[in-house]
Formats: sequence, structure tokens, C-alpha cells
Amino acid sequence: MSVLELQGVSKSFGAIRALSEVSLAVRPGEVIGLMGDNGAGKSTLVKIIGGNFAPSAGSIRIADRTVQFARPVEAREAGIEVVYQDLALCDNLTAAANVFLGREPTRGVGPFRVLDYGAMYRRAAELFAELKSETRPRDLVRSMSGGQRQAVAIARARLSDSRLVLMDEPTAAISVRQVAEVLDLIRQLRDRGVAVILVSHRMPDVFGVADRVVVLRRGRLVADRPAGDSSPEEVTGLITGAIEAV
Amino acid sequence: MSANTANVSLDDAINRTGDGFVGRLLGRHVFWVTVAAILACLIMSVATDTFATERNLFNVTRNFAFVGIVALGMTAVIITGGIDLSVGSVMGVCGILIGVVMSAGYSFTVGAAAALAGAAAVGLINGWLIAYAGMPPFVVTLGMLSIARSLAMVFSNNKMIYDFGPGTDLLLTLGGGTTFGIANPVVILVVLALAFGLVLRWTRWGTWIYAIGGNEQAANLTGVPVRALKLSVYVLCSLTAGIAAILMVGWLGAVTTGLGQTDELRVIAASVIGGANLMGGAGTALGAVVGAALIEVIRNSLLLLGVDAFWQGTFVGGFIILAVAFERFRRR
Repeated sequence: MSVLELQGVSKSFGAIRALSEVSLAVRPGEVIGLMGDNGAGKSTLVKIIGGNFAPSAGSIRIADRTVQFARPVEAREAGIEVVYQDLALCDNLTAAANVFLGREPTRGVGPFRVLDYGAMYRRAAELFAELKSETRPRDLVRSMSGGQRQAVAIARARLSDSRLVLMDEPTAAISVRQVAEVLDLIRQLRDRGVAVILVSHRMPDVFGVADRVVVLRRGRLVADRPAGDSSPEEVTGLITGAIEAV
Repeated sequence: MSANTANVSLDDAINRTGDGFVGRLLGRHVFWVTVAAILACLIMSVATDTFATERNLFNVTRNFAFVGIVALGMTAVIITGGIDLSVGSVMGVCGILIGVVMSAGYSFTVGAAAALAGAAAVGLINGWLIAYAGMPPFVVTLGMLSIARSLAMVFSNNKMIYDFGPGTDLLLTLGGGTTFGIANPVVILVVLALAFGLVLRWTRWGTWIYAIGGNEQAANLTGVPVRALKLSVYVLCSLTAGIAAILMVGWLGAVTTGLGQTDELRVIAASVIGGANLMGGAGTALGAVVGAALIEVIRNSLLLLGVDAFWQGTFVGGFIILAVAFERFRRR
């Protein structure tokens, strides 16, 4: 059974065809490296899966049910969490507040409810421990490293027990040491049966962690192969068009 | 590793932060503003024999209570990254509303309800235009500053109102009276400040308005009802202006269409001195109160020290810039 299945998904913006008939199936605990040049349609695909906009044609199936998302919140409710490139975190809040944003636990009687900070700190600490991250629940996101921010965004996905996490260029703007940290986070997710789609430009990251490599070129899916059967050279050729398709 | 030690390290992680209690206290803007206010009071108590008198302290606290009450609502607006320039005019129109209704022979309750309904209506219009129509807060509330002031003149025919009918006593007691020797507006300020402080810290609403100010896009993506929340802060801010107006009318014993004129600037100054960041995401209830207090203490000190009243604006303005500059340098 697939956590996500795309069938013939296309998207047009006016006369521009951003995606043409992309079909892709993602299994539980699978890490997929999604690659392609700028304008190849990666972001469009991420935004369709994340519920930011609907496809012009084709269908999306989650756990063998056809779904249609009108808003990102609906994708989230269906078990898809998007970790955005800019991470969509609130710098002025603590790590725990960010993890729980929009679904804070409360306690109290009737309409008189207060935030359950104890439960939030405890659960957030558990999630960070599970992800083997040194992020502390009470620290402000403002004072965190790029790797710790990724951990906060990913802990958010773990909290909602997402089946699929989409990561948009998570290693684009961080140091080498933090890249290793993020790749470890991805492995932690995989080991817990969560599927990950990793959108990246960085060949070593994709080959370091992905089970399958999917390549988009000018809106078309030109390759979908096990990472072990491919090579950075082949993928580079596919991205640039030197290799037509495999 | 035993389960026990694992628990210990988890608890450790839960409780650990980058810095301890003292570190966090020293990192708070509001702590330093409070220190400044206390220092100013101590210096004045030593330097003059008129400052630390019961009469003067009573006046000082009552004087900043009105601005402090509105600064609470303003702080909520500023936390979301907005601004409300219309509060001074809202005070004007609300003061006139309660005056007109009560002088027509209605009770205090009806008059106060009319004033608060007027305030809520202004807040709804501001909030709707900002949150749902997507207009800039500065422009919307600047327009409302003009509209509300003009409506105050329309409702009262620009006449002073000093006859409040059968409810006069209650109105004058509420605004001008005392409870246990403390001016009633101060009591109401303290109650409201506690309520705001608790709500900001302990409710989803509170966390969410900080989230909006920190990263509106992120708040939206996580399903926080951003528009409804923005609407709510403008309504709340207008309501605090309405409450302050009712109390001011009771204190003054009369109301003109000039009530609250240019008070929006003092209110914003109080919030900003108290640590509210005009870029959004920061501000506290305590800060709003201390900010209002500090402005009034400076004003009062200059008066008692015999400094020409013309200099007041310079000192208060200087303090606004100083407070923000201080925050800037501390963050480095």
C-alpha cells in the first residue's frame, strides 16, 4: 500500500504547463530524492502535494483513497507535513510553542482553558530526544542553529504522526555539520516508517539518504530509479537533458 | 543505561534553557524599563520633598491609568504587527456617546453600553478592513482617526456636555472616586493588566497573536485563524479606549469633542517604551503599564523640578527613542 500515489498529475498556469502527467507512488518508510533544475516543476509538485493548490488534471490518492485539498491544513490532516524551505517557524516563540502551534494542549474546566505548558515541554522534549537532536523545548527559535530549526519543523511532523514528510531544500542554507544533522533526522523519520520526499539540489545529500531518485525536467518525470542503480553522473545528465530518460 | 537515568536526562532537557532565571530576567526589556521607572521615582523622592507625597502619588497614578488602560489594547495590536492610530478619536466619540445618552435621561448602564458598543463598532470596522480586506493598519486607522473625531462633533453638535442626568453620581464616582484610597481608574487598570497578562501568557489566543507577529505566514500554514484573531485585537483595542473614555468623563465631570486628542501618541509611546516591538511579535501587559507610568513620572518630575512645561515633549520623545535604541544595542 502506498502512503501517496500520484496519477497523471498536471498543472498549468495560464498557457504555461508547469507539470505534465506526473505519476509517482511513495511507500511507507521510503526516502525519495526529488531532483531537477530550477523551473523543472519541483516546487509546483511540492505545493500540489502540500495542498497549496489543486492539480489541473490527474488524481492524488492517500492510503488508496482519492483526495482533494483546498487548503494546506487539509493536507496536514491527511497526514502530509511540509517542511518549508524558510521553515515557517516563529522566531519569537519557543521550540515547544512552534512544535505545537495551532494545536496547543489545554487544561481547565469548560470554557476556561489554559495552555498546558507542562505537557507541551514534556512531549516536545520526547520528540527531540527521539530525533536525537539537542534542541531544548524552552529555547527561543531565534537563538537556534539551522539544524535545530529543522529539528523543530520535523518534530512538528512527528507530533501529528504524519505518514509523509515533504522537505523543500532543507540543506540549502546550512553548514556542513548541520547537513549531517538534518540527514540524520531524515533517517530517524524513515526508521519510524515515515516516508520522506526530499527536494534538493545537492547530489551528495540525495545519494546519502535516498532510496529512490526521481528526476523532473521541464515538468515531466524523466526518471524514477533506485538510488543504488543510479549515479550522480547519470542524474546530472537527466537533469540537464544530456540523458533523455531512463 | 537504565530507564531511570533516561528519565532524568529527559527532565533535564525539559527544564534546561540557554540561561538561568537571572539571565532570563536580565534579558527582558520590561525588567529594565521597570528598573528605570523605580530609579526615577527614588531619585525624585530624594531630590524633592513634593514627589513622594500621598497627594502627588495619587495624581501620578491616576493620570497614567487612562493611557495605561488603552496601552494594554494597543500592545495586543502591536504584538500582531499592527498599529491603531484611532484610539484617541475613539476616546472622543465614546466620551460624547456616553455624555449624549446620559444627558438624554438614560442611566449610567445604558450610557456606558452605548459608548462600548460604539467602540466595538469602530474596532470591527478597523479589524475587518485590515484582516479581511487586507488593507494596511496605518492607513485604515488613520482614516478612522479622522472619522471618529468628526462623528464626536456630529453627535454632540460640538457642544460641551456636563449634565449627565440621573446617573451622574455613579459616573463621577467611577471615574473620580477611590477604592481603599486608590483612584478607581488605577484599580481598573490593575485588574485589566492582570487579565491581559494572564490571557497573553496562558491562552491559545495569546500564543497565537505572538505567532502572527512573529511569522504570519507560518501561523496561517499551521491553521491558526489569523484573520479572526487580527479582527479581535482591533476590537479589543477600541474597547480599552472606550473604557478609558468613560472613566475620563467621570473624572473630568464634563466632556468635549476634544477628549483624547493626540492621546494615540502617548498610548503608542507607552507600549513601545514598555517593550512592544512595532515590527510585531513582542510586548507585554506589564510593559504597557510600566511604559505609561514612566512617561507620567518623567512629566511629573519635570513639573516638580520647575522645568518649563514646554520641554516635556522633548523629554518624553527622547525616552521613546532611548528605549528602542537600548533594545537595539542589547540584542547585538
